[in-house]
Amino acid sequence: MRVEQIAVFLENKSGRLAEITAILADNDINIRALSVADTADFGILRLIVDKVELAKQVLKANGFTVGKTNVLAVEVPDRTGGLATVLKSIHEARLNVEYMYAFVNKTGENAVLIFRFEEMDKAIASLQEAGFTLLTGEQICAL
Amino acid sequence: MTTLYWEEEIETLPRAGLESIQLHRLRRLVARVYAKVEPYRRKMDAAGIRPDDITTLADLQRLPFTYKDDLRDNYPFGLFTVPLEEVVRVHASSGTTGKPTVVGYTKKDIETWADLMARAMTCAGAHKGDIVHNAYGYGLFTGGLGAHYGAERLGAAVIPVSGGNTKRQITIMQDFGSTVLMSTPSYALNLADTMGAMGVDPATLSLRVGIFGAEPWSENMREEVEKKLNIKAVDIYGLSEVIGPGVAMECLNPSGGMHVFEDHFLPEIIDPDTGEVLPSGEIGELVFTTLTKEAFPVIRYRTKDISRLFYETCSCGRTLVRMEKVTGRTDDMLIIRGVNVFPSQVEHVLVGIEGVEPHYQIVVEREGNLDTMQVLVEVSEQIFSDEIRVLENLAKKIQTEIKDLLGVTCTVKLVEPKTIQRSEGKAQRVIDKRRL
Repeated sequence: MRVEQIAVFLENKSGRLAEITAILADNDINIRALSVADTADFGILRLIVDKVELAKQVLKANGFTVGKTNVLAVEVPDRTGGLATVLKSIHEARLNVEYMYAFVNKTGENAVLIFRFEEMDKAIASLQEAGFTLLTGEQICAL
Repeated sequence: MTTLYWEEEIETLPRAGLESIQLHRLRRLVARVYAKVEPYRRKMDAAGIRPDDITTLADLQRLPFTYKDDLRDNYPFGLFTVPLEEVVRVHASSGTTGKPTVVGYTKKDIETWADLMARAMTCAGAHKGDIVHNAYGYGLFTGGLGAHYGAERLGAAVIPVSGGNTKRQITIMQDFGSTVLMSTPSYALNLADTMGAMGVDPATLSLRVGIFGAEPWSENMREEVEKKLNIKAVDIYGLSEVIGPGVAMECLNPSGGMHVFEDHFLPEIIDPDTGEVLPSGEIGELVFTTLTKEAFPVIRYRTKDISRLFYETCSCGRTLVRMEKVTGRTDDMLIIRGVNVFPSQVEHVLVGIEGVEPHYQIVVEREGNLDTMQVLVEVSEQIFSDEIRVLENLAKKIQTEIKDLLGVTCTVKLVEPKTIQRSEGKAQRVIDKRRL
């Protein structure tokens, strides 16, 4: 149920993001979702891609610091209150969210919420129990 | 076959015998320098001391100091004691400020130096049959040629690979079967990292020992180099003004310290502020007088290196006095808001934190009347996290530990790997942007 996400360390320097996306494009790697978290000095780019190992390898070869972590992808109907129902359930289960981001799939029917929890196992169990659909990496790439 | 000593008799001579040799050589040196070199004569006359006044080793303290500025003032050959036709080699220091300092060697000086380097390498367990990978820079810098001649004198096969072109160096190590590495410690780390990037496992190489010098390095850095390169790392000490590398050398004995080759170089530890000689065992500035050099002797040369001398006989059997690993220099010492800071202390903090690589740079600036210190630290895969909080905590931890150790508040900037320039020789640890 876990989805592999890669994270890249970025100094706040112009052109870095463009450089990374160009490297991925050159290697025919498709980005499904991304988010950038930043502070005054540095940023962390988080990516969900179709070829995780290759992406990690080519970015490393280009001198970037790359990490791989597991996140959860929750599919919800793309309508008002979709996110709220998930967050309510997370709150009731007393789960701590480290970070999250979201995207809407091509058909526009569903939204996918990406979560990083402190306790991943507990999160999987509670979300499934509450009836939410968790997507796998392959499913995300197939959307 | 490993020999324990290169010149057993002198290396294990009881102190009384050693001191008698030192006094004899000192008196001869002072007389010669006084007779031949005008700037020395002028200084001694001003201090009211004549060569005949030197009757004991303690009389050394009455002689005036020699400073790096004296070398600059007499650029290039003003302090040589022999005519140029007897000089067979010159070396010069890089001279980051002003003119370089130039030193000369007679044929006999070159031979003495080769013997001392062979003595030093024997201390580290190197021997005939070893393949010495000499990555010290060849050129005006004394490191490359000094190590080269020593390795040849030892009877080892020397690979004069010099600095730079790191990937090729690793291929050479693999193909030629290098057993002894000689380089700066920062370059050794560069080699280790490059091996990692190339997918070369150091355990598959024949390297056994590394002889590292030419810049101060910490005990933690030693551990790091030993672990990463799968070798024993030992410290060699020297400076071009005295002869080059081969002034003092660590043995493989874990009790530590470098044996000063004091039959050739007489060491003193002084208080850098008052110039007073400090009692045995105290920390201060290292001062050297060369006892046997012909072309370019120095009397009480202020090295600006900070160390300590201890006279207990080492369990390796050598009676030669030992000097502690140089932990800093009086001149790379930064004064930040009135606090003395040595880059080696910052390094000590960094390598003490799990996963942090000792690739760092200290940037000092002045905002208004306030000094600021920023430490740049590269984010390796070991310390990287996808969570901002984890990285911020790491930066805070480094900041706190530096504050605890040095008493100075700094900012820590995490930077991408390989953004701090890699050492191809001496690492540039400090960028001081203050205009004082």
